[in-house]
Amino acid sequence: MPNPQLNANGELTHLLAIDGLPRETLLHILDTAASFLGIADREVKKVPLLRGKSVFNLFFENSTRTRTTFEIAAKRLSADVINLDINKSSTAKGETLLDTIDNLCAMHADMFVVRHAASGAPYLIAEHLSRMGHNDIHVVNAGDGRHAHPTQGLLDMYTIRHYKQRFEPLTVAIVGDILHSRVARSDITALIALGAREVRVIGPQTLLPTDLASMGVKVYHDMRVGLRDCDVVIMLRLQNERMDGALLPSAGEYFKHYGLTPEKLALAKPDAIVMHPGPMNRGVEIDSAVADGTQAVILNQVTFGIAVRMAVMSILAGN
Amino acid sequence: MNIAIRNGRLIDPKNRIDQQADVFIVADKIAGIGNAPAGFTTEREIDAQGHIVCPGLIDLSARPGNLETDLRAAVAGGVTTLVCPPDLDPPLDEPELVERLVLQAADLGLTRLLPLGALTQNLDGERLAEMAGLHAAGCVAFSQGKRPVLDTQALLRAFEYAATFGFSIWMQPQDFYLSRNGFAHDGEVASRLGLTGIPVSAETVAIATYLTLAADTGVRLHLRRISSAIGLDMVAKAQTGGIAVSCDIGIHHLHLSEHDIGFFDTNARFDPPLRSLADRDGLRRGVVSGNGVGNVALCSDHTPLGYDDKLLPFGEAKPGATGLELLLPLTLQWGREAGLSLTQTLAPLTSAPAAILGRADLGHLGVGAEADLCIFAPDALWKVTPENLLSGSKHSPFLGRELTGKTQVCVVGGRVVY
Repeated sequence: MPNPQLNANGELTHLLAIDGLPRETLLHILDTAASFLGIADREVKKVPLLRGKSVFNLFFENSTRTRTTFEIAAKRLSADVINLDINKSSTAKGETLLDTIDNLCAMHADMFVVRHAASGAPYLIAEHLSRMGHNDIHVVNAGDGRHAHPTQGLLDMYTIRHYKQRFEPLTVAIVGDILHSRVARSDITALIALGAREVRVIGPQTLLPTDLASMGVKVYHDMRVGLRDCDVVIMLRLQNERMDGALLPSAGEYFKHYGLTPEKLALAKPDAIVMHPGPMNRGVEIDSAVADGTQAVILNQVTFGIAVRMAVMSILAGN
Repeated sequence: MNIAIRNGRLIDPKNRIDQQADVFIVADKIAGIGNAPAGFTTEREIDAQGHIVCPGLIDLSARPGNLETDLRAAVAGGVTTLVCPPDLDPPLDEPELVERLVLQAADLGLTRLLPLGALTQNLDGERLAEMAGLHAAGCVAFSQGKRPVLDTQALLRAFEYAATFGFSIWMQPQDFYLSRNGFAHDGEVASRLGLTGIPVSAETVAIATYLTLAADTGVRLHLRRISSAIGLDMVAKAQTGGIAVSCDIGIHHLHLSEHDIGFFDTNARFDPPLRSLADRDGLRRGVVSGNGVGNVALCSDHTPLGYDDKLLPFGEAKPGATGLELLLPLTLQWGREAGLSLTQTLAPLTSAPAAILGRADLGHLGVGAEADLCIFAPDALWKVTPENLLSGSKHSPFLGRELTGKTQVCVVGGRVVY
């Protein structure tokens, strides 16, 4: 089965997931991002790589942070950015997802940045574009259901490489609600593709998908055991609606067992870094002392995220 | 009309026949095999040289879309009897609705259509439907289709009431709560793709419930659409324990697994979902007659779908696929790959479903049986494309594949209908 995000020459034509992307492609994106990082410090924070191109931010699901970082990234590449909050417009009138895409194609879009609540929606769009002969329009997945959030995965890899240089010696723990997390899936795939020594996932069984070991990770239910000697700890956000029902009895009990406190963090390596895709629930999955502590690199993740998204858009546009 | 079918290779699983022989039909019945009955004058002769002549296929589950189009697709697929589930719109919960459907099908004069009646009124899972009246109108058994009965007390009552009249109950085993919001097998593919899973336990919990109530009430139970190896094993064990239970399996479950979802291919969305490779292989072994499970049929699970129904994100796309014209070639492929004889291969499409229906006059070529036959070219290679399918429903995970085996002639009740 050909990977729909690569063209016949194996070049990246869409970024839909980390799945099936060669290690070299991932490293090329990270290297390109490094070259964009300095732009933020210039007086004029722009390069003309996407001048004249139209980037449509199609957010079928609410998001302020991710959309803003994509918008900043596109504008720093000199693209024209159009934000569409589809929740409130066309689909409310009964237009299908693919109708919306056809209309935007007629407006000569060059790139779609798509966030959708359904896993796989960006694949449907990419396939449709190919069927309609729009091979020059690129799709960037900005988060689809529980499936993937590849730019978040890449910015996490960028952050890890920034602090730890190499992936091969690293033990990385991902903690929390893996079941509902597209970030976790993208991080796991990227870490394995980049050769991390060991990827651990830590959480209660209700928040872990079935057969997780088939993705190449080690599963832990006891956070104190799972954190031992880790180089990187990635905390995941616990959504409010999961906190008191059949998945978990209460936020308090969750924090007791799976919240990252200074005392639990001490079980990891002394130089371990703490990451979080944001937005954080202080006192639910992470203690403020850790979130604001010296080992946290959470705000740097945000900064790197813009450079990584610039790199992805620039590579897709053929630069 | 007196029809002579000459020079074909006869396959009749029930009567254990695999031989070169002529078949003679008088009016609507098989009148002779090998030798013409006394006084037979040929009014129509069909040359079946190089072809297989077998009993017409009995498809225990196909949901017609447009009745005429899909019954034409059925005969083009060699299907001479088709069992239709009750969860149509409106559901088959009143005798008049059943009579109308049966009449419409009879007027078309193509495949026999045997409807399942609704087990409960409006399939609400609470109030019993008028089973005796529905039976008189033509319903061959009672079912909820894909709709659940949440109240197990109501379920027990329905089993008891059906047992009173000797009616069979056909249930699709899928626990409502365990399958809620799910749309793919809860396994490695769903985990990787972030699809909400339906665990195998959704099937086994329901099977256990139905088997327990069947044992208690003595009702004849048929389990529709088994999708897991352990589910099939439970049926085998129950049969050994003396419970009157049979089952069927959608043909796609013998060929596909969760891995065929690939990158969110909505054509691979089924209900019940395509399961693991181990499940697929367990089902493939289990269907072989004599391998532990008796009375197991293969069905097309034909589902009418519109053009747009699959052009959606995986979880929003409709489950199911076209199937009437693929049932025979996909069964033949399974038989070839499993190294089975043609009599073994065709049993789950002929003798087994006839036994499940309790119809001694269908599914075999014995003298006196209904003259329902399928004559097919076993080596004819054809490609599954929307244009090559007569059914109005064109979605299939097998699109683009080349299959072997094509119906040449289909006879229903002594009439050549294809």
